[in-house]
Amino acid sequence: MKEKLQALRAQAMEELSAITSSGDQLSKNLEDFKVKYLGKKSELVSVMKGMGALSPEERPIMGQLANEVRTSIETAFNEAKENAAKVELENKLIAETIDVTLPGKQPLMGRPHPISAVQTEIENIFIGLGFEIVDGPEVEYDYYNFTALNIPPEHPARDTQDTFYINANTLLRTQTSSVQIHAMEKKKPPIRMISPGRVYRSDAIDATHSPMFHQVEGLVVDKGITMGDLKGTLELFSRNMFGEDTKIRFRPHHFPFTEPSAEVDVSCFACGGKGCRICKGEGWIEILGAGMVHPDVLRRCDIDPEEYSGFAFGMGIERIVMKKYNIDDMRLLYENDIRFLSQF
Amino acid sequence: MVLSMKWLSDYVKVDASPKDFSDRMTATGSKVEGFEDLSEKIKNVVVGKILEIEKHPDSDHLQICQMDLGEGEPVQIITGAQNIAVGDLVPVAKHDSYLPDGTHIKKGKLRGLPSNGMLCSLSELGLTQNDFPYAIEDGIFILDEKCEIGQDIKEVLDLDDVVVEFEITPNRPDCLSVIGLAREAAASYNTPLTLNAPKVKGCGDGDKIENYVSVEVMDTDLCPRYTARVVKNIKIEPSPKWLRTRLRNSGIRPINNIVDITNYVCLEYGQPMHAFDYEYLKGGKIIVRRAEKDEKITTLDDVERQLNDKMLVISDAEKAVAIAGVMGGQNSEINENTKTIVFESANFYGPSVRTTSRGVGLRTEASGRYEKGLDAENTLPAIERACELIELLGAGEVVDGIIDVYGKKAAQAEIDFDPEKINRFLGTNIPEQFMLDTFKLLDIKYKNGKLYPPSFRADLLCMQDIAEEVVRIYGYNTIESSKFVAESLVGKRDDRQKYLAEIDNLLVSKGLYEIRTYSFISPKYYDKIRLAQDKRNSIVISNPLGEDTSIMRTTALPGVLEALSNNRRKRVPVCGLYEMAKVYYPKGEDVLPDEFVTTVIACYGSNDTSMFYTLKGYVEELLNFSGVKKYEVSAEKNNETYHPGRCAVFTKDGKVFATIGQLHPKVLDNYGFDLPVFAAEIDTEYLIGIKDTTREYKPLPKFPATTRDLAFVCEKSLEAGTLRRAITKYAGNLLENVEIFDIYTDAKLGDKKSMAYSLTLRSPDKTLSDEDGDKVVKKVLAGLEKEFGVTLRS
Repeated sequence: MKEKLQALRAQAMEELSAITSSGDQLSKNLEDFKVKYLGKKSELVSVMKGMGALSPEERPIMGQLANEVRTSIETAFNEAKENAAKVELENKLIAETIDVTLPGKQPLMGRPHPISAVQTEIENIFIGLGFEIVDGPEVEYDYYNFTALNIPPEHPARDTQDTFYINANTLLRTQTSSVQIHAMEKKKPPIRMISPGRVYRSDAIDATHSPMFHQVEGLVVDKGITMGDLKGTLELFSRNMFGEDTKIRFRPHHFPFTEPSAEVDVSCFACGGKGCRICKGEGWIEILGAGMVHPDVLRRCDIDPEEYSGFAFGMGIERIVMKKYNIDDMRLLYENDIRFLSQF
Repeated sequence: MVLSMKWLSDYVKVDASPKDFSDRMTATGSKVEGFEDLSEKIKNVVVGKILEIEKHPDSDHLQICQMDLGEGEPVQIITGAQNIAVGDLVPVAKHDSYLPDGTHIKKGKLRGLPSNGMLCSLSELGLTQNDFPYAIEDGIFILDEKCEIGQDIKEVLDLDDVVVEFEITPNRPDCLSVIGLAREAAASYNTPLTLNAPKVKGCGDGDKIENYVSVEVMDTDLCPRYTARVVKNIKIEPSPKWLRTRLRNSGIRPINNIVDITNYVCLEYGQPMHAFDYEYLKGGKIIVRRAEKDEKITTLDDVERQLNDKMLVISDAEKAVAIAGVMGGQNSEINENTKTIVFESANFYGPSVRTTSRGVGLRTEASGRYEKGLDAENTLPAIERACELIELLGAGEVVDGIIDVYGKKAAQAEIDFDPEKINRFLGTNIPEQFMLDTFKLLDIKYKNGKLYPPSFRADLLCMQDIAEEVVRIYGYNTIESSKFVAESLVGKRDDRQKYLAEIDNLLVSKGLYEIRTYSFISPKYYDKIRLAQDKRNSIVISNPLGEDTSIMRTTALPGVLEALSNNRRKRVPVCGLYEMAKVYYPKGEDVLPDEFVTTVIACYGSNDTSMFYTLKGYVEELLNFSGVKKYEVSAEKNNETYHPGRCAVFTKDGKVFATIGQLHPKVLDNYGFDLPVFAAEIDTEYLIGIKDTTREYKPLPKFPATTRDLAFVCEKSLEAGTLRRAITKYAGNLLENVEIFDIYTDAKLGDKKSMAYSLTLRSPDKTLSDEDGDKVVKKVLAGLEKEFGVTLRS
């Protein structure tokens, strides 16, 4: 019996090694092997059945040997099976290899228009500074667009803004500054608002002109507002909009509805002020018009200039968009070619 | 305004490079557009004397000149010109010289013989006969100037000037003059301004202006001041070189001494001048009056102008001789035979000049100045300066006496001076002494705590104006940035703005590109989309750029379709665009229109109708997001923009608030589309009014749902929407959801169709049994059979 058991072990080990080394139909062969050597009807079981015929002294010895044989076959089998599973998984993973260098698939995504994108950016900065956003009419009374802003009929400043008229009293607003008046009529100080929107001037369409474009107007009215506050606010805005290192520069200018008035340049965000194509070598880009709200304008809105002061500013969104993305032709913004729109 | 730096130096000494000068003037408020050093345009051109001339042996027209260029040895130059003679002094472009047009002259050979430069004509030096009337246009410029051989031609011809171009804002007409800019320069550099009062000798022969002319101003409101002088024994001739040069460098073409003097004084003093030929002033009268209703005048530019009774004219006893402040009349124009002139130096009311100038369609140098409002005090010094120049040039004899009709003087502004208040307003610490010094430089008088601006600064009226004067000289960039301390306010978008932003996000997330199109469109656009006539009432622009942009849109669809077709023409295979657009609905004369927000989506990309349902899905999602419930969707056959069988409207309480559909084939044709296009128009303004974006949590279901799939056989004409509504009605409140999942037709079904629905049933109180489900199905089937003759498909 002892020989039988040992022969059985040797045979099993040999067979197992044949199965693993061939590798063919590995899992099926392993399954068959298990039935053959470790199953209920295996040879080992039938050998063990002959145990009863052994002497009481031999029985424990043979029993121990039989167990040893069984354990060693089992261990070898488990090891082989584990290895087989590992190999199988490896093969599977290899078989499932994909070409990761194929191009990525773009889900169909739309985009906001670059004017909207920049407008939203501007709005968010001012919201952060405690400004509310106010809308105003585009078809507007002459009074709000001009007269209330110190530009009475036949004032030469009207020439600088060629106006589309609907009739003698109504027009397409030439500036979002008209919203200042609405805001001050509706609400008493403190006022802190911006108003983005479309404006219209009768300029023929070319690379740098459009009869319709977008502006953002800003207005702050409160007690003790200074020109330094105007500068501080625009500095904060510019740093957030164009980068931490941005500097601003005020140049005296004239707007009928602010006094003092300034044109405001920001240091070129492309070259940092060294001079490049975008800033035309100047190192500065003109972005804003600004000033302290004229006392006559306040008075007209029933706000006492002795008690309150304020500042106002305005900027063209298209100009910022064009400088920011280095767009040299304004018409692209209104052609709405998606090969253009998809770049932003 | 183009400023000659040489001219400026008559009044103020500024020691700065053109670049520094430009930067400083810009920083103090006189914006410089650019500058040009005229001397840089010509290099290495000198005066040469012709020593010898001989014919070129191999040419009919070339001549060989031996030139003395002051270099000892004669220099040989070959020229094609014929107007030269030995002894002539001429401009010579030497070897390696540059001319104003950029030409680089180098030595070379002409027909085999060496030539070491070029003899120059007027035009080769960038000049015209107006600049040097004694020279001929086509030929070498034979110099008749005081000069030395070898001298730089720029010195000889006064070409070594720097000109600076300023952009002057309309509030500063005083800066449209050399003196005005000199005052600004003096203030900017804190350096003295030297002004000389003009001195006129007069003829002193007992002749008086009253012997010639009388002035009557009938409209003193439109003409606050009219100053006139008479000059006799006029000799019309070219002005001297210095005067011509200054005009030329200031961008004005020299004409003759009298015209040049008026232009010169205008540039120097900022006061427009006019000269009438006395011979043509009938009755020796100048009457400043409003034009007659049908009066006409032919102006100096040879155009007949129709006047009206709002326009101011200068007339003689019979007729208008000038449009006041705009242009003189041809009938009194000075000419080469003019013997006596009347100088006019007048002040006209700006807004009136502007109205007149626009009325006759003529903007001139004078009208551009007058409309900004000029200083009435300036008329006298200006006319004196003109007469001084007459005497200086020997152009005529100034008749003694001045006619000066001066109505009411402009009120003198008086402004409290409170330096602390100015500093508080600016947020600065500018010393009071600096302020007082600045006032002195700017001619603002200070007396007893009050400031009195000069007459030419009508723009200075209040503390804020004074603050600007102070800070622009002190330096805008010295203002320290500060953060205002005030009541804290919450910055935010309002409800409406937030909602619109959410719609943008939703549509962009669907793969749609946001676009921006013009708010004004062509009326023809309505034809292109076959818009119903009653929807075409639009705001009309009275002065549009052209018909294409002449009305304010009542729908954004045509603009979006233009953009879409533009993309299709560029061969973009799939395209979806949307615009959230304002539309403008007129509400009557002198009432502002309603400006409502609409959303228009348009797309193409497949040949079947799947895009219809995609679009419908977008609208449904938008409505779901907006919390809009209980709306109807029905087929719309009468909207001519759309395919009558493929158009739906969304209605709520009888109001159509959205339309979606495939564009009508005729509309597709109008835009040249070669594939189906689908569009949705959403009345966003209406949705803003009814939206409800508040949300309340509903407990998650406690019990499982059961589903029943049913395939119904019904008439082909029965719409899914109708069937769905009926199912919902009959199923009762256990029905949680109903979805269509199949539509099927075949020969066996004949003229019927099968529609398969999946019903989800759930109870909040228990797990539904099979019997519960069967009961619902039975109710639905019975109801549908009764209402539509629907049967269950076997």
